[in-house]
Amino acid sequence: MRRKQDNVNQQSLQALGKLLLGKIDPSLLGIGSTKIVDFLEHVGSSAPRAKTESGEPVSRWQDALIEKEIGKGASVLDLGCGNGKLLERLMREKNVFGQGIELDLAQVFECVERGVPVFQGDLDAGLKGFGDASFDYVILEETLQTLKRPDLMLGEMLRVGRKGIVSFPNFAYWRVRLDLTVRGRMPITEWLPYKWYDTPNIHLFALNDFLDWAEAAAVVIDRGFVLSEGEVRELRGDDNLHAEEVLLVLKKR
Amino acid sequence: MSKNEKMYDSPDSASSVGWIKAKVARLADEKNPFRLQSGRELFPVDVEYECYGKLSRKRDNVVLIGHALSGDAHAAGWDKNADASGRLWRKRKPGWWDSVIGPGKALDTNKYFIICSNYLGSCYGTTGPSSVNPATGQEYGISFPVVTVSDWTRLQKLLLDQLGIERIYAVIGGSLGGQQALEWALAYPDMVDNCVVLAAAARLSTQGVAFNAVGRYSIMNDPNFAAGDYYHASARPHNGLAAARMLAHITYLSDEGMIDKFGRRLQDKEKPDFGFGVEFAVESYLDYQGRSFVERFDANSYLYITRAMDYYDAAEQWGEGDLVKACGRTRARMLLVSFSSDWLYSPADTRKLALAFCRCNRPVSLVEVPSSFGHDAFLVEAETVGRLLKSFLAAGK
Repeated sequence: MRRKQDNVNQQSLQALGKLLLGKIDPSLLGIGSTKIVDFLEHVGSSAPRAKTESGEPVSRWQDALIEKEIGKGASVLDLGCGNGKLLERLMREKNVFGQGIELDLAQVFECVERGVPVFQGDLDAGLKGFGDASFDYVILEETLQTLKRPDLMLGEMLRVGRKGIVSFPNFAYWRVRLDLTVRGRMPITEWLPYKWYDTPNIHLFALNDFLDWAEAAAVVIDRGFVLSEGEVRELRGDDNLHAEEVLLVLKKR
Repeated sequence: MSKNEKMYDSPDSASSVGWIKAKVARLADEKNPFRLQSGRELFPVDVEYECYGKLSRKRDNVVLIGHALSGDAHAAGWDKNADASGRLWRKRKPGWWDSVIGPGKALDTNKYFIICSNYLGSCYGTTGPSSVNPATGQEYGISFPVVTVSDWTRLQKLLLDQLGIERIYAVIGGSLGGQQALEWALAYPDMVDNCVVLAAAARLSTQGVAFNAVGRYSIMNDPNFAAGDYYHASARPHNGLAAARMLAHITYLSDEGMIDKFGRRLQDKEKPDFGFGVEFAVESYLDYQGRSFVERFDANSYLYITRAMDYYDAAEQWGEGDLVKACGRTRARMLLVSFSSDWLYSPADTRKLALAFCRCNRPVSLVEVPSSFGHDAFLVEAETVGRLLKSFLAAGK
């Protein structure tokens, strides 16, 4: 069967706009029509994942917040620690006891080169063997949505760590919603740069989904930050729509 | 070139430590006997050791290497004394870790002062069952006291004392040498800055103990064993020792490694002979390993060293059975490396040890290297291991 391209012209946009304004999240109004029109004009040609000139992904926006959050001399377990740069900085500048876990061998080698203690392992296997409350903080950056059972890992995080720090892309971010609505295909944005078939993100979810889980699991959001329209600010009530990326500090109730 | 084709650095190569002469230190005598973990006392005790590189003025660049079951102090370079000592096999190849130790290599002798000593109970220059007991004028045989990994560590400490060394920058070992390295970090926590344990764990698995038992059984039931008193007999328990070595070799390889290396190929023939000679390539390999081993190893030493391997249990030694408690003693940065197809000291066992360090907030790195070379991988995967050693040691300053 030959499929038709979804036809996005001015008329259908207006119709869509009415539908959106009438039926979907009323706070959509807060975004401003210029931004929406601008987005719609560029939809489908989203920027690839931001990279520096050297080809490295831009420094994770969360790192500065995490560095601020974590006190001197704390113990920190970084799950999916990558090449160990965050832990290296925390060890150097905050004198933390740092321990990373990373599955990818090449990244593990980089950690060893950096002098970052790293434990090669698969997070889907859980944190079996790690002691209860044995770390002040357990960090899980941009990894939750790649796990087979994010709920189990969150439970493990808050068992092993007195506090958990998670960050994740918010699938209900308005650009993601519009991208899906208009293109009718899985959204591709700066923070969700993958095709459906090669994405490591197997459990995409919205900020509100996470907050629902937290409520049910008796987990308290200690502090929250979001990346919204290129700016980092504290979490607000309407961020299910406005936050592209979320960082939460969690603890058990 | 495949990984199995070995290319050695010649003695005059810029990356070789060159010709090496082992030294022997007397570390215990009648006045100061060496007290063993078993409670028995032993004298005299001589230890053969080799050194590479230069001790820094601050004496802060010492790297101590632990050798494996059948290893020796000759870790790098070419033995200058191979003829005189009768260790003729050393004329064909350099020390057992020459791929890693030398000028510019992972354990760079321009940087580090590297020491490797032969274990008590072995047969390569350190006092063992083939040494003469001064009390009887005869070789000890199996009247030699049972030795342990802890004994070896305390003996190495005496050696370092004699050399005027108070700090160890890094202690490194693979397999049984890994047990030795771990024991160092536990026994002398304030002396060791960095510790690397390759293809080892807190203790040998039950399966490993079982394999050692069969090895010893085959030696002790060889008709030529003569209760260990065979040094002057016309024949030695070579069949028993060869069988023990063949069995051990199976545990050093992996199933997938054996398939890659031998498959079900027949040895130098197209069709089977329908007999019980060496038919398969894998049989030929084991046969060779068994026969060449008896030329260079003493059956009694094999009993003692496998026994030490069985007994070692870091948790029992230092934590009253609690591994986390034991690991909490250490102060060294730890690097544990396992190899995916190793079933003698399996990645799961190494992981348990790493987790114990984690549980007491000791900094530990655990790397599971993908390899089909089984337990042997800690020697065969020299490039990967070398890279890890180099960067771990460089970051530990």
